[in-house]
Amino acid sequence: MTALDASLAVRLDGFDLDVALRREHGVTAVLGPNGSGKTTALKALAGLHTLESGHVRVAGTTWADARTHLPPEARSVGMVLADPLLFPHLTLLDNVAFGPRSRGMPRAAARSRAAEELGRVGLAELTGRRPSQVSQGQAQRAALARALATDPALLLLDEPLSALDPQTRSVTRADLSHRLRDYAGVTVLVTHDPLDALTLADHLLFLEGGRVVQSGTPAEIVARPRSPYVAGVVGLNLVHGRLAGGGPPRLALAGGAELVVAEVPADARPGDELLATVNPAAVTLFTERPEASARNLWHLEVAAVTVTGQRARVRLHGVPGVELVAEVTLPAVAQLGVTVGTRLWAGVKATEVEVYPA
Amino acid sequence: MTTTGRGARRRPRTPGAVRTRLPLVAPAAVGVAFIVLPLVALLLRADWADLATHLSAPVVGQSLRLSAVTTAVTMVVVWTLGTPLAWLLARSDHPLTAWGRALVTVPLVLPPVVGGVALLMTWGRRGVLGGWLEEAFGVTLPFTTAAVVMAEIFVAMPFYVISVEGSMRSLDRRFDEVAATLGAGPVRTFRTVVVPMVLPGIAAGSALAWARALGEFGATITFAGSFPGRTQTAPLGVYAALERDPDAAVALSLVMLAVSVLVLGLLRSRWLR
Repeated sequence: MTALDASLAVRLDGFDLDVALRREHGVTAVLGPNGSGKTTALKALAGLHTLESGHVRVAGTTWADARTHLPPEARSVGMVLADPLLFPHLTLLDNVAFGPRSRGMPRAAARSRAAEELGRVGLAELTGRRPSQVSQGQAQRAALARALATDPALLLLDEPLSALDPQTRSVTRADLSHRLRDYAGVTVLVTHDPLDALTLADHLLFLEGGRVVQSGTPAEIVARPRSPYVAGVVGLNLVHGRLAGGGPPRLALAGGAELVVAEVPADARPGDELLATVNPAAVTLFTERPEASARNLWHLEVAAVTVTGQRARVRLHGVPGVELVAEVTLPAVAQLGVTVGTRLWAGVKATEVEVYPA
Repeated sequence: MTTTGRGARRRPRTPGAVRTRLPLVAPAAVGVAFIVLPLVALLLRADWADLATHLSAPVVGQSLRLSAVTTAVTMVVVWTLGTPLAWLLARSDHPLTAWGRALVTVPLVLPPVVGGVALLMTWGRRGVLGGWLEEAFGVTLPFTTAAVVMAEIFVAMPFYVISVEGSMRSLDRRFDEVAATLGAGPVRTFRTVVVPMVLPGIAAGSALAWARALGEFGATITFAGSFPGRTQTAPLGVYAALERDPDAAVALSLVMLAVSVLVLGLLRSRWLR
């Protein structure tokens, strides 16, 4: 019996979602650009959107199909959004007891269950506080406790950490990870933060334009992204091309440029579509055309620069079909005189290119 | 030129500024005077020395008691019917909702006496429902205390519904959604989440509706008449007493003025900032 078996087709003024998801357990992260349908998918699972077609079956119970549409209150579901949305007129204890009470548990039992849940997220001392009297991170942990107090078969988290400040976010991420480890049901986590996806989830699902573009374990996705968005999330350069015939193994790119590689899949024939990734750290930048050069060398223009810690990511373009991100140290940025509009030579060794079938 | 700021505002005003504002200040001052003067006149003309005597005139106690009872019953009905109505209007996406909202608020703009006539045409002996009511149950509503309450509900409920609907509509929809995922059906969500969260709006709407019910005159005198002790509420009492016992009418008016100011004061201090 599959714990979560969903096929979601939802139509909302002009937007079309069509997503299938089957999971036995664990945390599935749903990623995608804004407007890709992540939240719509989550709401469809919760019963807040009606399915055009498809089905939702959880732990052997049909929540939705062609004939059925259980309202959210009849589904064994827990939901946490970016805002904690704790009921402001109730204490944390009564907020968490709200679910069990709504599902028919007597008051005393519901309260002791709530106290236990709050204890599990480290809020045992604050049960009597109002939501306005606790910090952002505490409120979000209370929201998690509230969602789990009904023992839902399906836990839905929609950007649960995105409204927190960076410091609170990393602490809360750790708490969330810790708490999810003891949770027996299936979790679906909507996020746009790769760190959330890679540290909390054991399965990733990428949506673009309402369709699944790639799914798999984090290891699979990190090694072989299949779309520019996915590659961006995992921080790799993705190149799409066809295997060229004759000469050294290389890919012919859309704009006429070529990418020389060390190895191609054994069964690839000339003309086959292939994908290639290049680690940004493996892109070398020069101000002058280098003598002993890498096999791939382009003269590119700096489009944008971003800085994280001691490293900078330099986005380059200017040759049709070639768009690269190079990751260099801050001293290198200063030495090369990198500013938007600067032209630089970018080199990539053939051995640094990873090739796989498209 | 100085921009707006504390320093700028504290600067002594130049005569020029006053002169340029005069076209605005003059009509505003006349407007304030027009409203305040009658209230002051009421205070000036009151027979303060014998106020206690005037307040003990039968018409005062009787009509105030009737107003207290009828407006209390009115408010219970308004809460019971108006709160769910406001919630449905606030959350419904149905195209007919806009029409429903417009219809419910007709009494806001309708001359009250027209409301009274309309009630008479509904519940009167020859009314749409009144005839049947009398035949089947032997109940006649017009010119009874029940009719007073009905007239008050008719004029007061729209104030309540409009005010409460406004605060309910501004309530984040995601609270309803979270409550639903926690297992709360629509009724439980309404009772345990929505109503507590819009309590300030409910209080403000109640005060408005109650004040409107307390002042109700036109619909009441048309539909319920002015029978002392039975349908003669405080406003009707004032009107009736004005010829026979003007001092009692002024005293009764003072009581109603005091109550109105009290209600406004409570509202301002708590919810209308």
